[in-house]
Amino acid sequence: MKWFDHPASDTQITHRSRLWLYGFAFLVLVFLVLPTLIVIPMSFSASQYLEFPPKHFSLRWYESYFQSRSWMQATVTSFQAAGLTVIVATPLGTIAAYGLYNAQLTIARLISLLLITPIVIPIILVGTAVFYAYVKLNLVNSLFGIVLAHSILAIPIVIMIITSALKSFDMNQERVARSLGASRVKAFFLVVMPQIKFAVLTSAVLSFLTSFDEVIVSLFVSGGDNSTLTRNMFAALRDQIDPTIAAISTIMIVVTTLLLAIAQLFGRNIKH
Amino acid sequence: MQRTPPTLPLSDDHSVALRKDQSAERWLMLSLAGPALLLVLVCMLLPVGWLFYLSFFTEDGAASLVNYRNLIEQPSYARIFRTTFEVSLLTTAICALVGYPLAYFLSQLPTRIANLCMIAVLLPFWTSLLVRTYAWLILLQRTGLINTWGIDLGLWSEPLPLVHNMTGTLIGMVHIMLPFVVLPLYNSMRTIDRSLIQAAANLGASPVQGFWRVFFPLSLPGLMAGSLVAFILCLGVYVTPAVLGGGKVIMVSSRIALDIDTFLNWGSASALGVVLLLLTFLLLLLASRLTKGLSLLGSGH
Repeated sequence: MKWFDHPASDTQITHRSRLWLYGFAFLVLVFLVLPTLIVIPMSFSASQYLEFPPKHFSLRWYESYFQSRSWMQATVTSFQAAGLTVIVATPLGTIAAYGLYNAQLTIARLISLLLITPIVIPIILVGTAVFYAYVKLNLVNSLFGIVLAHSILAIPIVIMIITSALKSFDMNQERVARSLGASRVKAFFLVVMPQIKFAVLTSAVLSFLTSFDEVIVSLFVSGGDNSTLTRNMFAALRDQIDPTIAAISTIMIVVTTLLLAIAQLFGRNIKH
Repeated sequence: MQRTPPTLPLSDDHSVALRKDQSAERWLMLSLAGPALLLVLVCMLLPVGWLFYLSFFTEDGAASLVNYRNLIEQPSYARIFRTTFEVSLLTTAICALVGYPLAYFLSQLPTRIANLCMIAVLLPFWTSLLVRTYAWLILLQRTGLINTWGIDLGLWSEPLPLVHNMTGTLIGMVHIMLPFVVLPLYNSMRTIDRSLIQAAANLGASPVQGFWRVFFPLSLPGLMAGSLVAFILCLGVYVTPAVLGGGKVIMVSSRIALDIDTFLNWGSASALGVVLLLLTFLLLLLASRLTKGLSLLGSGH
């Protein structure tokens, strides 16, 4: 193999003397990827016990998931919460980002900072604070409460994405539209919106995922008939290892991957 | 950026009116952030403030510092802080040691291949935390895959205690935090000017010398930034030690949840929360200072 003796970099070090680095990097990449992927074949195992690769395949764990009333209820709650979070967080975050970007006042920077705090401070504190507020407001275990709490976590992400999209947009275009007689609202929807629409779609997808994957705040504020999927999974992980969770995990991996692929497609269209 | 319109001679009345218009416009724009701000204020910022306030009262409502005194005097709290720092430091150190060679390897690849490998680094970022935690349970438990394989291959005869303890917690935490270290590190390595290393080689430095005396110092800001972010995130984790630690690794977050869930002790949970929050902000401040200072140092070379 001549390749080994070829220089690997500008400093004339050969590939041979870098083999340890390649091996090590490969192992770390395997460490990062494999644990997640191993869940998928496990979910199709016919056995109650963990074996890899599974000797016999079956769909029994998917069956047990789809036939369980509590898992189904939790799944519905999670999808509802995530969908509603998109509906609340995307518009609120988008107009906030648009307004703060155009306000050009010192106080706007302070408000931006305040709106970003939910993803900066430790999540357990967000959970505690929201729970405390909900006890007073009587919102614990309500779908409405979960949606508001998840929106708080999604809004910072929406604001960051929209703000970065607005930076590449020339606001004079909007001014032109308005000087030609378009109303403020019309100018926003006809001139600004078409140019940031991919950023808006990306932030909608990420809002969905923020809610769908959220664990800790859900532990505090969801429960009873409105338990989220993540809350039930967390409880199940602490008690016993039920292969049903492998099936649910696989479904979650598929949902996440699909949504991120969509976001990626949108992201490619964002002008930079 | 906005272009300034050509200035026309305006009468005073007009310029006053224009200025008023502009100011009204700006406040109108600001008001668009109102709904989002209201939501964050009511559901989070005000309750956090209220919890701050609560931490200075006893359960009977008398003002006192008893919650904070407990944090210092009760050995159970000292243990929690020690565990939190131990886990956070070890995780960060392992991430730095493991992440550095990986980031270096990626930074040496052609960009297109490196981007492909990046998917592997980002995959854990994307998948749900609970899915990853479950995966580690499958792999690490007594009858898990690693123990089964190890015993089948004759590497060890008794199942190793890999999970529901410190080992399992660390493995899970490193898996979560590694991308946070690798990404900034990789980005900072990519921006290092390769001609500097060529120059070092030209001047007679061996590859090893070139690495340690030129490349490594230039990559330090990225390493620092990544490690600090990972450390800050470690301080607040809840799920991983709760599941993979099996009740043996109790960190600050677990104790806050326990105080509320089991004892409904808002005062002591709040005091602990205040300490965690202050610690986080202090480290964030340090991080922004340090990375600024280091990048200045780096550009001075």
